Amino acid sequence: MNVVVLIKQVPDTTDVRIDRETNTLIREGVPSIINPFDMYAIEEALRVREGAGEGTVTVMSMGPPQVDVALREAIALGVDRAVLLSDRAFAGSDTWSTSYTLAAGIRKLEDYDLILCGKQAIDGDTGQVGPGVAQFLGVPQVTYARKLTIDDGSSATVERMLEDGYDVVKVPLPSVVTVVKDINEPRLPSLKGKMKAKKAEITVWGSDDLDVDQEELGLDGSPTRVVRVFAPEARPGGTIFEGEVEDTVESLVRELVPILKGDI
Amino acid sequence: MSYFLTEEQEMLKELCAQIAQEKILPVRAEYDETGEFPWDIVKVMAASDIYGVYIPEEYGGFGGGVMEMCIAAEELSRVCGGISLAFAASALGAYPILLFGSDEQKKEFLPAIAAGERLAAFGLTEANAGSDAGAVETRAELDGDEYVVNGTKQWITNGGEAEIYTVVVRTSKGTGIRGMSCLIIEKDTPGFTFGKKEDKMGIRGSTTRELVFQDCRVPKKNLLGREGTGFVVAMRTFDKSRPGVAAQAVGIAQGAFDEAAKYARQREQFGKPIGSFQGIQFMLADMAIQIEAARALVYHSARVVDSGAKDIGKLSAMAKVFASDVAMKVTTDAVQILGGYGYMKEYPVEKMMRDAKITQIYEGTNQIQRSIIASAILKESAAKEKKA
Repeated sequence: MNVVVLIKQVPDTTDVRIDRETNTLIREGVPSIINPFDMYAIEEALRVREGAGEGTVTVMSMGPPQVDVALREAIALGVDRAVLLSDRAFAGSDTWSTSYTLAAGIRKLEDYDLILCGKQAIDGDTGQVGPGVAQFLGVPQVTYARKLTIDDGSSATVERMLEDGYDVVKVPLPSVVTVVKDINEPRLPSLKGKMKAKKAEITVWGSDDLDVDQEELGLDGSPTRVVRVFAPEARPGGTIFEGEVEDTVESLVRELVPILKGDI
Repeated sequence: MSYFLTEEQEMLKELCAQIAQEKILPVRAEYDETGEFPWDIVKVMAASDIYGVYIPEEYGGFGGGVMEMCIAAEELSRVCGGISLAFAASALGAYPILLFGSDEQKKEFLPAIAAGERLAAFGLTEANAGSDAGAVETRAELDGDEYVVNGTKQWITNGGEAEIYTVVVRTSKGTGIRGMSCLIIEKDTPGFTFGKKEDKMGIRGSTTRELVFQDCRVPKKNLLGREGTGFVVAMRTFDKSRPGVAAQAVGIAQGAFDEAAKYARQREQFGKPIGSFQGIQFMLADMAIQIEAARALVYHSARVVDSGAKDIGKLSAMAKVFASDVAMKVTTDAVQILGGYGYMKEYPVEKMMRDAKITQIYEGTNQIQRSIIASAILKESAAKEKKA
């Protein structure tokens, strides 16, 4: 069972501040971590490999060279191999071109049975990249998995978390599965893992290494633009009318009439 | 602050700090309350390879020494001086095998200890043999190719939970230190049971229990070294393990200091943080000075021990005395700085103060340590005079 885990390096949001002048995230001095939801995906991948008793876990990420740190952290947890998709041409990608690029990276790996990722990243919060990758690869997708069972190597049974219960879905492999935090409890690294991570070689692929259409990459290949990042303005609190119903209704009507008439 | 650790040692420190913060911190108060054995934390430490840090690679360990054991003990104790013993006490039980075991004995017992699959424990103390370690009464009589062991050991850390025990027994008639030997005794050996579980003031996340031997038959091949060397085994083991107790003390002190410094910044009285008052500032400064001095002595002693130097008993004892006295002083002052809050169980410093006390008592009281130091000093002085 060969599993690919897609991870993202994100700022540790407990520390995030927004620059009031430029309305962008202040990234300087903010520690980077592996997106917490992706930690559950890594753990699940390791469990799938351990359960199968064979196979490899490959962790893949797209980003600048400093994502190396996150990939090594994954190796310290027990991941076999790490691939970084890094190229100036990938800069400014939205979720469309990120999914497109990651799918090309996975295709280059050739041998994969399962692709896992966190349900969303804690910085962008879109939850679109996992499904996007599935679409570009032409494989099925199951989102918000809270339980994953590999049936016989050719299919998996997934419990999909919903607001008021869960779906049980049977899906052929390979597929993309995005996971929620209820799925497992991630392990800590081991000393041997950390030693291995220090020496590990990280495979780096640029746009030339991938079978991609250059026009679909990076900012130019992205159909969406971030116009502005801002903290929502605080909404004024509502008015509460206290007292007997007869009186409060009368007060409410008195307040509402001018608004409805368009006087205010 | 740099302590000139190697890259591997930094890695170990970072990992132990992560285990302490993420896994031990959320449960320390609960274990302190219930006094149960922290098996969930043992499993985490085992999976992270912590149990093998001081064991050679050929026996499944990480290949470090006393320094590595100290780093782990300190970082874990910074958060909980009780739970950290699930690691440190196993090291104490393993050291007699590491130091005096034959290659076969090492191959048989060390890999499981290094993997954290089986915990070890050391059994020396008895009701009438504490500081006077030579007064051991537990007897082991050779019968064919087995020793028949009878007697009771008390206050054994990891007792009942550990599976591999190194136990100091009396193998020859009469009294005195020359009639003692050390045996490896496995849990589940017929005739080996566990007695009273102690209800302690501190280190409550660690189990302390009696070992009871009634006609317990132990294979002769489990004898460590030769018959009659039991006292030496115990003393050489303590030479190695005392820096570990000292590191535990430094960790407890550091944990209490961190709480005190944080509180001093946040707590306001008379319209100002109490950390702005000189009375508190001087207390914090004195605490920090003592901790740094203790840590320097502990690391130095651990490095000297690892260098293979001889006559390490004095230095090792100095580290243990100094660091444990510092831990008691610093934790007491931390409670003082937190005032009424510090005295309450809602805050962690009262527990640290309770945990600190044992470090002045066990693995040789600080009075016994001073005797060891004094006798070494006088011997050195006499040797110098002879030379001159």
